[in-house]
Amino acid sequence: MGREQALKHFRLFALLPLLALLGGCNAIVLNPAGDVAIQQRDLVIISTVLMLLIIIPVMALTVWFGWHFRESNAEARYEPNWAHSTHLELIIWSAPLLIIICLGAVTWMATHMLDPYRPISRTAPGQPVTAATKPLKVEVVALDWKWLFIYPEQGIATVNEMAAPVGRPIDFKISSSSVMNAFYVPALAGMIYAMPGMQTQLHAVINKPGTFKGFSANYSGDGFSKMYFDFVAVDDAGFDKWVADAKASNGGALGRTEYLDLERPSEAVPVKKFATVDPQLFHLILNMCVQPGKMCIHEMAAIDAKGGLGLAGIDNVQSIAYDKFARRGSSPLATKLYVASVCTKAAPMGMDQEAAQVTPVSSTPLVGAGLPLPGMFNKTFAPKPSNS
Amino acid sequence: MFENFDLQKAIFGRLTLESLPFHEPILIVTFIGVMIGAVAVLGAITYFKLWGYLWHEWFTSVDHKRIGAMYIILGVIMLLRGFADAIMMRAQQAIAFNGNEGYLPANHFDQIFTAHGVIMIFFVAMPLVTGLMNFVVPLQIGARDVAFPFLNNFSFWMTVAGAMLVMASLFVGEFARTGWLAYPPLSNYAYSPDAGVDYYIWSLQVAGVGTLLSGVNLIATIVKMRCPGMTLMRMPVFTWTALCTNILIVAAFPVLTGVLALLSLDRYVGTNFFTNDFGGNPMMYVNLIWIWGHPEVYILVLPVFGVFSEVTATFSGKKLFGYTSMVYATVVITILSYLVWLHHFFTMGSGASVNSFFGITTMIISIPTGAKMFNWLFTMYRGRIRFELPMMWTMAFMLTFVIGGMTGVLLAVPPADFVLHNSLFLIAHFHNVIIGGVVFGCFAGIAYWFPKVTGFKLDPFWGKMSFWFWVSGFYVAFMPLYVLGLMGVTRRLRVFDDPSLQIYFVVAAFGAVLIAIGIGSFLMQIYVSIKNREQLRDVTGDPWNGRTLEWSTSSPPPVYNFAFTPVVHGLDAWWEMKEHGYKRPLEGFKPIHMPRNTGAGIILAGISAVTAFALIWYIWWLAVVGFIALVATAIGHTFNYNRSFNIPREQIVDAERERTQFLQSAGA
Amino acid sequence: MTTMAGNASTADAGATKEQPVFYVADEHEHADGGSTQLGFWLYLMSDCLIFAVLFATYGVLGGNYAAGPSPKDLFDLPLVAVNTSMLLLSSITYGFAVLEMQKNRTRPMLMWLIITMLFGAAFIGIELSEFAHMIHEGATPQRSAFLSSFFTLVGTHGLHVTFGIIWMITLMVQVWKFGLIEANKRRLLCLSMFWHFLDVVWIGVFTFVYLMGVLR
Repeated sequence: MGREQALKHFRLFALLPLLALLGGCNAIVLNPAGDVAIQQRDLVIISTVLMLLIIIPVMALTVWFGWHFRESNAEARYEPNWAHSTHLELIIWSAPLLIIICLGAVTWMATHMLDPYRPISRTAPGQPVTAATKPLKVEVVALDWKWLFIYPEQGIATVNEMAAPVGRPIDFKISSSSVMNAFYVPALAGMIYAMPGMQTQLHAVINKPGTFKGFSANYSGDGFSKMYFDFVAVDDAGFDKWVADAKASNGGALGRTEYLDLERPSEAVPVKKFATVDPQLFHLILNMCVQPGKMCIHEMAAIDAKGGLGLAGIDNVQSIAYDKFARRGSSPLATKLYVASVCTKAAPMGMDQEAAQVTPVSSTPLVGAGLPLPGMFNKTFAPKPSNS
Repeated sequence: MFENFDLQKAIFGRLTLESLPFHEPILIVTFIGVMIGAVAVLGAITYFKLWGYLWHEWFTSVDHKRIGAMYIILGVIMLLRGFADAIMMRAQQAIAFNGNEGYLPANHFDQIFTAHGVIMIFFVAMPLVTGLMNFVVPLQIGARDVAFPFLNNFSFWMTVAGAMLVMASLFVGEFARTGWLAYPPLSNYAYSPDAGVDYYIWSLQVAGVGTLLSGVNLIATIVKMRCPGMTLMRMPVFTWTALCTNILIVAAFPVLTGVLALLSLDRYVGTNFFTNDFGGNPMMYVNLIWIWGHPEVYILVLPVFGVFSEVTATFSGKKLFGYTSMVYATVVITILSYLVWLHHFFTMGSGASVNSFFGITTMIISIPTGAKMFNWLFTMYRGRIRFELPMMWTMAFMLTFVIGGMTGVLLAVPPADFVLHNSLFLIAHFHNVIIGGVVFGCFAGIAYWFPKVTGFKLDPFWGKMSFWFWVSGFYVAFMPLYVLGLMGVTRRLRVFDDPSLQIYFVVAAFGAVLIAIGIGSFLMQIYVSIKNREQLRDVTGDPWNGRTLEWSTSSPPPVYNFAFTPVVHGLDAWWEMKEHGYKRPLEGFKPIHMPRNTGAGIILAGISAVTAFALIWYIWWLAVVGFIALVATAIGHTFNYNRSFNIPREQIVDAERERTQFLQSAGA
Repeated sequence: MTTMAGNASTADAGATKEQPVFYVADEHEHADGGSTQLGFWLYLMSDCLIFAVLFATYGVLGGNYAAGPSPKDLFDLPLVAVNTSMLLLSSITYGFAVLEMQKNRTRPMLMWLIITMLFGAAFIGIELSEFAHMIHEGATPQRSAFLSSFFTLVGTHGLHVTFGIIWMITLMVQVWKFGLIEANKRRLLCLSMFWHFLDVVWIGVFTFVYLMGVLR
């Protein structure tokens, strides 16, 4: 018994350096500012403690058995044929089982409670979200390699900076323009992938004012390292001012043409604000039909659900005029094609009319400080003129 | 230039002089270094007239012991390459602060972390565990070779061919810049048009053929070739884990082959499986690759669980505690490993019910794993533990692996994963289980079976140096990463803007240096052991007072393994034989039927490598020629019916007499 | 167990009366290839998994026509039915070949193999003409995810059949040259498993891709 007591003290001491290590740094995951992230933090700690219940004894036993039953210790019992004990077997299977049952129950509940698709039910402990609370809608697009935030209700858009009022639920809709990314603001809530042609959702709330870092947490190519943004948490008045600033800025309008220019790969992009934004833009980005004349995914899905367009639909493809691929250095094996939109009621915006307004974008590849020549076929590639 | 442009393209595909990295000083220096090394080694082989010996005795050998040894040599060589990548990453991340871009441009850094992952998993860990299984399993079940000896040789050379392709990408063109699993759309032609992803695809496809066939081979061996009396429940635990591992291989690698084939169709033919347009679905790739990827984790770790079981029992001088539950735990892990793949992408937005299902199945795996841990503990309990090198690795494993297991279960809780996914916490976690489990296990296995392979033990001093540097280096290198993960730092970043993080990366880089010393000590250990082999000689064939059949034969075992097929009456067959005062039979030898060596394996693998290289560079004519040559050689090989021979009685008598004298000289 | 009992007298390591026997003193030579059937079966299962991946991919992507043609527009069910019967008949004739093989009758066996091969070749021919027709119409594998997964699944099966034919030709030459020796019989049985396996896969393709595609 005495020895076990001593061991218990030892266990606590063993944790000290870890705590010191964590205390000395800004462990944002363990000290977040949003209610969702705080609940996730709590879950991390609860799970860890639950597991330490078994991990620490195992580690202690390992050291103790190793020491006590060493060859030179002639006093230790030696039973070379002792290899079975039903009682022990029961314990060694049931002890982890019990812990996993607890952890599994916690997991099941927490996963449903903290499902990013589920609108949050409280903004802080004891502050339930009522029907009167109107969440802030933000549409997020991961571009190569920057973040676009569209505020549909405010009618503004920003690049690499977003703001949100403290204490108000935020309702994110997230997509990507080209490849997979993950939208992550550690202080706010957990991450969720941003995928082209697909929409993911995140519900969260920020509880403390401040400027927090957000970034892509899924590698997406050469400019990935500098794909971060500021998440600014302010009070309601501050938020209104931030919106007003954006509207008053000379960033101009973000329409389809501007988007196609913005979408081009670039890295370490400074904050940019657009005073107005095409209200359909996120919808078009999500359906991958910002480029005029291209059939939207939802339209295509609706046609497919009815059995496609038959043999007549085969030739409804056009070679791509606007080619964001070329700027990653590709010289395609064959011409890249896309499905052209057709004149149906399902086409929402009469895209063909708008086609004339969209100017084709230069297809020179991006080359920047951190982006040397991407491949070996591109001697002729020139740096993009620095217009950002 | 322009006149013969088409001709050049027809002959060399997209391979041009610019594909050679003359603009990369780091690569040029590496290339010169590798070339000098290669010339030195090849020159030495030529000077000492070893080519014939190597070709006849090793390259064309169908002896499972030699193939096993070659797998391990391959794994160790590739470890040096994979580790070079690691230390370059650590160095870059340690200095790239405060506007400093570091010394690696994005294009190079991205290749390095991709190559590091691919090499460490496919060409270090896989060859090491496959090598151990290849060497040990037939000996443990009292067989004279594997079920398909030629296939075994072929499998090995296919693995080598895959490794050679990865190495070629260093100097001809580039490797993938996509991360080790090459998620589309990034890995699709639109976003990665260069040869890198093609190198990735073809090296894995070629090596994958080898792995799959080796899996088929070892299952058939274990099922069909056990010696009389060795029922399934009398098989050594290592053999059990090898059986489960190879079942996993056969049931998982086809999925990798399939999904990579679809990706290559997307890239070569322009199909739309994983594209954004035309109804393709990248999430399909992510699911499929992890249906292979998660079992792959267990493919690596199950055999080392077997190693630890053997080592713990042997060095505790005691029967393994709870053999039956150990076996069931292994089988349960095998089955469950197919039901957890989605935990690698909880953040993709599956519903809460799906996420919690996969989270909980993942946690359930920790129950049999925990039971195993306890079984090893209670094997030590009331044992008499000799802290030889293999046992030291086992102790380090037991203390390290539980931490990795704990963080793994933590990551299996979906909401916790939302904040830790893709972070350096995840990196720390899987290095914790892979280094703490697989690498420590392979070192334990190498130290344990080295005398069986070579006939002499490994030098203990340098072994302990290697041990302490590896273990301390691991903690110094990866504990800071756990902390960084909790600070919200994500993986695969090349530069950082927050200067407060730098100290952690510097510490981690220092840890990597410690590991480098550990690797150096390991190589030193091999060198010193070979130099002092006479002092370290094991004449008994049983240097550790072992328990299983491999220790009943000489070290190194004769080509036929056992002059007489052993008969087994219980667990720990050799221990039992010793208990009963077993005497080695000295007469009554008969000729032994053995498979004949063949060069077909290395030739087929060589043609495969050339064909793959041609496909990577769009050299279509060569690909066609290579493919036809491949089929023709394979068919030609089937016309050779004369694949085995009898070792004459006299030769066996001589070999066994020599062993008798050896044993007498040792006074045994 | 019987081996051990039979050897009790030959073992010379007897210290006590109940001393168990620890080795087989009088070993009979094992025939080569005792594990071949099992090994080949394991390979077939791994191949089956590749098809499972392709079926799953077709299941997920098979409805994504990208506003192009659907199965109803493309598939010629009577032709596919003829094609299916070719493959099914070839399985039967292979069965006859194996029966002749067991009777050690080389020439009839070769005859049946040739018939099997012709059925297989007919199958490949019809499939190729179907593909050519579709591609000619513009329904290429690049046109939609549905067509990508269709061509890959059916094409992979067709490739397997093609390799089966090449293998069959090789085996016919080998049987012709070396007769129905053990090794050749073993190979014939492996090819038989392979051939029937492809038949089973095709039944899946026919049902899942063609029938369900046209009828749904």
